[in-house]
Amino acid sequence: MPSAKRHSMSVETISQTPNSFRNQPDERGHFGQFGGRYVAETLMPLVLELEREYTAAKADPAFKAEFDDLLEHYVGRPSPLYFAPRLTEELGGAQVWFKRDELNHTGAHKINNCIGQILLAMRMGKTRIIAETGAGQHGVATATVCARFGLPCVIFMGATDVARQAPNVFRMKLLGAQVVPVTAGAGTLKDAMNEALRDWVANVHDTFYIIGTAAGPHPYPEMVRDFQSVIGKEARAQMLARTGRLPDVLVAAIGGGSNAIGLFHPFLDDASVKMLGVEAAGHGLDKEHAASLAGGRPGILHGNKTYLLQDDDGQIIEGHSISAGLDYPGIGPEHSWLKEIGRVDYTSVTDKEALGAFQLLCRTEGIIPALEPAHAIAAVQKLAPTMGKDQIILANLCGRGDKDIFSVAEHLGVSL
Amino acid sequence: MTTNRLSSAFAKGRPALVTFVTGGDPTPNATAAVLDALVEGGADVIELGMPFTDPMADGPAIQLANLRSLGAGTTTADIFRIATAFRARHPETPLVLMGYANPMTIRGGDWFAAECVKAGVDGVICVDIPPEEDPELGPALRGAGVSLIRLATPTTDAARLPAVLDGSSGFLYYVSVAGITGMQQAAQTSIDEAVARIKASATIPVAVGFGVRTPDQAAAIAKVADGVVVGSALVDLVAQHGANAAGPVRELTAALAAAVHSARKELA
Repeated sequence: MPSAKRHSMSVETISQTPNSFRNQPDERGHFGQFGGRYVAETLMPLVLELEREYTAAKADPAFKAEFDDLLEHYVGRPSPLYFAPRLTEELGGAQVWFKRDELNHTGAHKINNCIGQILLAMRMGKTRIIAETGAGQHGVATATVCARFGLPCVIFMGATDVARQAPNVFRMKLLGAQVVPVTAGAGTLKDAMNEALRDWVANVHDTFYIIGTAAGPHPYPEMVRDFQSVIGKEARAQMLARTGRLPDVLVAAIGGGSNAIGLFHPFLDDASVKMLGVEAAGHGLDKEHAASLAGGRPGILHGNKTYLLQDDDGQIIEGHSISAGLDYPGIGPEHSWLKEIGRVDYTSVTDKEALGAFQLLCRTEGIIPALEPAHAIAAVQKLAPTMGKDQIILANLCGRGDKDIFSVAEHLGVSL
Repeated sequence: MTTNRLSSAFAKGRPALVTFVTGGDPTPNATAAVLDALVEGGADVIELGMPFTDPMADGPAIQLANLRSLGAGTTTADIFRIATAFRARHPETPLVLMGYANPMTIRGGDWFAAECVKAGVDGVICVDIPPEEDPELGPALRGAGVSLIRLATPTTDAARLPAVLDGSSGFLYYVSVAGITGMQQAAQTSIDEAVARIKASATIPVAVGFGVRTPDQAAAIAKVADGVVVGSALVDLVAQHGANAAGPVRELTAALAAAVHSARKELA
């Protein structure tokens, strides 16, 4: 229960509480001690140019109009806000509502950000797009917008992930993307990100790197958050229109944290709204997991300072989760900041709990969720019964589960 | 640091050869012999790579060296042991640690700078701390008298160069290609132009690296630059010969040193 954890907030922390939680980062791209621009010198001028262009685009009504138009007519926004009656009844506590971002074109929230970034890429005159992907959702979303705008697209994907996410690899290829399997390291998401950075550094003149989560060097964490904030802005207005009030608790799964920050950010200054981010505890926090906040500490990787899974020497430890989309040893820097100042509470759920929640939502609501939001649902499962029936939990259903049915079948011992 | 080994290395009246190998590759114990071979071969400055799990700016050769080193269990303490022992054996040769921000800052910049001083390390090159994030490590190193050696690249334009030079010392490492280590070499004309441009504003020596593999390439660069950096070609020899790499490393270093040291004489 989020309120219980608040007691850990020290007096010192309270005295540092800012007037608004929504005006980060500072002009140097820092969220408190987190974020920043820890990149090689080759990339630094480009990162500065990106920041200038993003600032200009934000102030340009034509940019916003095109973004909004594509979100409405291509992505299918606004996504519905849905009250889940049978799940609510089954859990026997707070009302459970879902923001249905799994109904977006391409089946997840990732497309919101890709639309924004490709418009920016074209505004900057870039002619080639690269991206990293773990589960393949961001890769599919990037390949989709590249097809839509006719730009060549190279997706870096860990060789291990290529093997376990075959349907998404095929989708990306159908959409015209080149998928490059990365064998370096363990062949998962962080290695794909390393390889994308290596490509970028060698092709800075014509290439735009569409980062899929709210992490990386400034301005990416801010930019991705802004593009994903459509989730929270819509949800806030929809909830007020439907119930005349704000939700009591927001819940979202966190890998890098883009769907969570997208939902949370527009509510950060609503003092009555508690927030719960759900990390992947994998086999358990004492075993292999991907919970950077629960099991990591601050460090520098992939252009930003944030909580990382690492050893005493600062060597990065591979994350593990049943969900390839949560399998990342870091987290967006704004979440690290929100944790430290105590505005958002963070918890974690195991592979097993997520699998249980996956099945629960299928059975009670006729919705097959992705394994990523299944983590959020598992947290809702624990939280709802502790709350009153007049209270409201709003969880982000950030992706659909079509991509996961093979791995879920395998974990349940079913051969397809 | 009263005796500045780095400035002496660039004040020998000829261009300097700067060599890089990854610390702990293939094992922590094998590195000493490789470093000795570099000195015996005639290297003027030694860069010792600190292994990292995620070497984002490196090509395949140095990525694999990082993995070999970490696979052999190399720790940060091992790197400082290697450096300390090197300093005892070679009191005059400058030693520079090169690596990534996280292993360098995980215990704080002050801790790292103090360890560098204790181990007799003369300078530090951190790939992913640009001038914008200088507070992370720069003040600690400067306060301890350890040179912060920054990188300039083909994307570092005239407007940006002063920020790169500000607070850096020892030498400036010009990365001749926009890319990762060990891949392609830049066109010599572009190197000539860039070095001339940088030397117009820099008061510290300029060494050029990335993609330099052969004595001929090194000699061409040494005609214009104060130093030439060779890394991947040496790391490849360690990959090939493992614990017996000292001989081949000494041989290549000697050929490179001869080419670099005499490059300007051929002009005359």
